[in-house]
Amino acid sequence: MEQVDLVENVAFNLINQAVVYLPEDVKKALKRAYDEETSKIGKRQLKIILDNIALAEKEKVPLCQDTGIAKFYIRAGAQVKKLDEIEREILRAMQRATRDIPLRPNAVNPFTQKNSGDNTGRFTPSFDWEIVPGDNLELTVMIKGGGSENFGAIGMLSPSQGILGIKKFVIDTVVKAGAQPCPPTILGVAIGGGTEIATKLAKKALLRPLDKPNSDPSIAKLEKEIFEVTNMTGIGPMGMGGKTTILGVHIDYAHRHPATFPVAVALNCWAARRATAKIGTEGKVEYLNHNLF
Amino acid sequence: MSLHILKTPISREEIQKIKLKDTVYITGTIVTARDQAHRRALSYFREGKELPFKLEERALFHCGPVVKKNDAKWQVIAAGPTTSKRMDIFEEEFLKNSKTRVIIGKGGMGRKTTEAMAKYGAIYCAFTGGAAALGAKAIKDVKGVKWLDLGIPEAVWILEVKDFGPLIVAIDTHKNNLFIDIEKEVEMKKQKILAKLQG
Ligand code: SF4
Repeated sequence: MEQVDLVENVAFNLINQAVVYLPEDVKKALKRAYDEETSKIGKRQLKIILDNIALAEKEKVPLCQDTGIAKFYIRAGAQVKKLDEIEREILRAMQRATRDIPLRPNAVNPFTQKNSGDNTGRFTPSFDWEIVPGDNLELTVMIKGGGSENFGAIGMLSPSQGILGIKKFVIDTVVKAGAQPCPPTILGVAIGGGTEIATKLAKKALLRPLDKPNSDPSIAKLEKEIFEVTNMTGIGPMGMGGKTTILGVHIDYAHRHPATFPVAVALNCWAARRATAKIGTEGKVEYLNHNLF
Repeated sequence: MSLHILKTPISREEIQKIKLKDTVYITGTIVTARDQAHRRALSYFREGKELPFKLEERALFHCGPVVKKNDAKWQVIAAGPTTSKRMDIFEEEFLKNSKTRVIIGKGGMGRKTTEAMAKYGAIYCAFTGGAAALGAKAIKDVKGVKWLDLGIPEAVWILEVKDFGPLIVAIDTHKNNLFIDIEKEVEMKKQKILAKLQG
């Protein structure tokens, strides 16, 4: 059996895991937020969130009705065979997941307004490819709802605005989003690289677990500072006031052109759904952030 | 911050007693509608056509559920609220014509809807965003679905619920609006944070 023959099943399992079970790091952060929240309504909202997570796990149903648009991040070893068939297998998994889990059909043609009915369509789901040395095939799915996606932003700052400019832009983005993206949210922030690289890196940064700060201490420090100031805004859980607005900040960067200073912010709601699996040779499959299979 | 268990149909007198930040549970009929269903409902009102579902003294839920069809019967698998702000442009006319008593959603609604709620006797209740498993559990039956041609999320789902909640009253009939209050506080805090960052 070749690795590609396992892709449909593994991708289906990943989607299933992601929509029903939140990763441990997200659950832990929500529990901590609940313990520390001082606003009465805010604490109540966090309690409802935790109850909902437990109920979805128990009944094995999607924890949020917006089962989003799926994004697949593929890290393929250069030795993996039949790379050209992987996307097709994932599309099949997407259609099966929509029917069997089920998921809400969310792929709408922007011109005809027609819903495809099976969560596939032009560039849907999306694929991000990395070709790496070796023969492992790693698949990650991110399930991203529309509520938080609507408030992603990119700012083309002037280079002289520097770090202070980044902080201000992020605070503005979080305040503008307010209650809408279902706070507490997670922020992916990326600097440099032009508009497309910055937006892509910002979103990809959301894959990093909440308990893993940036390995570069100066960036980790900025992550912590942004975390602290955005939580001082008082937006609170569900925008009803409180001290928990942001669960974590992940920063990434690319080198920039001397004349540009792009800053992209991607927001993820508390329902930060992702799942990863590694398909080795000889059919060995490891599920990396959930131990359910 | 008192507790109200509302049973549909809900009278205007009953709704006027409810205050900002109170907790509400609903038992009875709730009807879902998002952008497309609102758009179509407004065109019905303008043409003087009757809606194929009843909202009078009932609750409207901003929601596009996950559903499953078992044989001929629909079942709701997950049903949390969607962003209500997108419906702000429709809601005054919608409230006036449909006589809805309660709107359930997330993220709050604006001034115009707040004024309309005072005028027509309706409240806005916030349901925790993403709490779809809890929402589905309170749904006992799918009474029907209309306008399914709009797609599953945008269709109008008529749902029988028991103790649907907890919901927090975020707009009452006295023009109080929790989200607008918080937004004002946040704006003030933001100015302070920015001033501090400037040093
Ligand atoms: S923002 Fe997230 S939690 Fe809120 S409704 Fe959308 S997907 Fe669900």
